[in-house]
Amino acid sequence: MLEVRHLSKVFFEQNDPQKPGLIALYDISLSVRRNEFVCLLGPSGCGKTTLIRIIAGLLPADRGEVLVNGNPVTSPGRDRCMVFQQFGLLPWRTVLGNVEFGLEIEGMGREERRDISRQYLELVGLKGFEDYYPHQISGGMQQRVGIARALSKKPDILLMDEPFGAVDAQTREQLQEELLKIWAKTDTTVIFVTHSIDESIYLSDRVVIMHSRPGRIKEEVAVELPRPRWEGDVKADPRFAQLRARVRESLRE
Amino acid sequence: MPGSLDERLVRELSFPRERPWSLYDHPNLIRVASVLCFLTAWEIYGRRTDPLLLTYPTAVFWAAVQLIRSGELFRQLLVSLASLSVGFGASLLLGVGLGLAAGRSRLAEALLDPHINALYATPQVALTPLLMMWFGLGFSVKVVIVFLFAFFPILINTASGVKNVSGSMVEVGRAYMASERQLLLKVVFPAALPFIMAGVRLAVGRALVGMIVAELFTAITGLGAMLTLYGNLFETAKMFVVIIVLGLLGVGLIQATQALERRMARWKETERAVS
Repeated sequence: MLEVRHLSKVFFEQNDPQKPGLIALYDISLSVRRNEFVCLLGPSGCGKTTLIRIIAGLLPADRGEVLVNGNPVTSPGRDRCMVFQQFGLLPWRTVLGNVEFGLEIEGMGREERRDISRQYLELVGLKGFEDYYPHQISGGMQQRVGIARALSKKPDILLMDEPFGAVDAQTREQLQEELLKIWAKTDTTVIFVTHSIDESIYLSDRVVIMHSRPGRIKEEVAVELPRPRWEGDVKADPRFAQLRARVRESLRE
Repeated sequence: MPGSLDERLVRELSFPRERPWSLYDHPNLIRVASVLCFLTAWEIYGRRTDPLLLTYPTAVFWAAVQLIRSGELFRQLLVSLASLSVGFGASLLLGVGLGLAAGRSRLAEALLDPHINALYATPQVALTPLLMMWFGLGFSVKVVIVFLFAFFPILINTASGVKNVSGSMVEVGRAYMASERQLLLKVVFPAALPFIMAGVRLAVGRALVGMIVAELFTAITGLGAMLTLYGNLFETAKMFVVIIVLGLLGVGLIQATQALERRMARWKETERAVS
């Protein structure tokens, strides 16, 4: 499904061509199966956002390649959709207008894209908020709009760059649960960037632990907790605690 | 319901239901009184002064009636408005167009930059005699002067508005595979619109100045020419009529732009309320 091969990325100082570049990513290899939920976990500066942006096609790789369904990624494509940390909503568009954006760019007719957008707004629980502007709704609701916008394009891979980093803790838990429910209904593959250990274990099938300087993959930890995880208290499960300890240990080294 | 609880408590404590009348709640009353006082003082003082130097409100009123009846005021106003709208329209089109280019492309910016800075720094009035040599004394020179006065604020605001569009917004457009054209029309332009409209508001005031400057210099037609004419004839009251019309025109145009600004940048409402 998704194959990352020996990917490296270097950033140069913009005003000083003499200065050696910062190695943001060093020899990253990763493969993700269809319908898998993978979390990229690491401290700030470990390159996880850079990695997801290269997968999205928003940044070019310097070495190595990214393959989606066997095709090399060079630019954004309709098989991948991104959910942004700061939501990335267009403030002059209504909630409905924002969800429509992706389909509108594609050239879909007004009626059709409205219908589809309404369906996805309902899926993320925002029915009735179509005509609100982003600044009139809460951060959690704004990110639901961002998710609806991404899902409306029916991507093979949903790329989420710390999507719940900018909302409060309660909303965050609620959104995590809803994301799992939505994921169960659709058959998307999810790559989810986070720096929260609990979030990564709760959500994913596999936690990819990254280290910084240079940004590289330290270890992959399979999460074999039963699904659905929103029933009962998975976080109280002793296996959850073991995983948490293991991941924390790996991050610390 | 908190409303009904408040209601009950107000009754229970037998508070008065309304605030007592206060002059401060009616600022318009104060405004009207202030203007009336000024006009009265002017009337009294003006009647005692040499009519060549100063006039008084009732004389201005009758002069206005006369100028409106003869159709002169209207005719000249139309002439002025024609050059104003053509010149302003051109500056709007070119200003926004070049501003978008300069804001989006570093090449375009570097190409335009030196010329714009040089022209903008030069007081545009200084170019007027030269422009009169090139374009004569008619309609076209007025259009060019209005254009030069209004062009720069629009161009500069558009360019900086475009440059201020956050990178993440552009990235959203790119992530959803927008072409450069779509990016410009659906992301960059709407995001920069509040900036552009602020430039337009500045430009409207400057266009009006440009129009009067042009007409004062050429002194053939338009409201500016009327000013020169009645100044030479020492008909002070009629000069005041023209000045008042210009003032009203300025207020009207700026109000109209502000209304447009609010309409087009409705999503900015809350942010503006904060700032």
